[in-house]
Amino acid sequence: MLVLSRKLNETIMIGDDIELKIVEVKGDTVRIGIEAPKALEILRGELVTSISATNTEALNLNSDILAKLTKKS
Amino acid sequence: MRKQTKFFGEIEIEEHLVWNFPKGIPGFEEEKEFALLPLEGNELFSILQSLKTKNVAFIVSNPFNMVSDYTFDLDEATIQALEIEKEGDVMVLGVLTVRDPFEQTTINLQAPLIFNVRKKKAKQMILNDEKYGIRQPAIMSVDAKEG
Repeated sequence: MLVLSRKLNETIMIGDDIELKIVEVKGDTVRIGIEAPKALEILRGELVTSISATNTEALNLNSDILAKLTKKS
Repeated sequence: MRKQTKFFGEIEIEEHLVWNFPKGIPGFEEEKEFALLPLEGNELFSILQSLKTKNVAFIVSNPFNMVSDYTFDLDEATIQALEIEKEGDVMVLGVLTVRDPFEQTTINLQAPLIFNVRKKKAKQMILNDEKYGIRQPAIMSVDAKEG
């Protein structure tokens, strides 16, 4: 992994059209501004992980519950 | 085409029920094709069955039945990926985590499934804002179902 040190308001360019800027450093939190083409999906990493986990959890159901679901109505 | 399904055994799946998920869905990136199957006896729910893997099948539902003021903006990445041109192209469903007892069932409102009904393309879009949870109680659906 490439690791770069940056100070407040300094930037990192990724390719021609992605720019990251350190906009605030406060305690253990760093706020990063991102300029990127709108077609790019930009997400917090842990959010993607938790959506994957929720999808996996959603699969974990048995046919009995399904049978109940259809019987009740 | 005839396909093995998790809940219905081997069934005939008509072409118009098949949706292309170009990037799969988070956690299941290799599942690129799903069929949206009606759940007989309960029209509030449908089954989103992967055509590749029999055991990958989700229970999905209309999220607007559960949260009447559910609103979000489609991000540009989704609009482009699904080739959405107008609002009428879009259908939205939510993935349910069905629990026993059913009253504890939750719906993922932070990552709605977005379908382009014209192009038959779909994806699970993740909302960056945390207005809606990934495990929102789906109680409303129970009321609707029994009412």
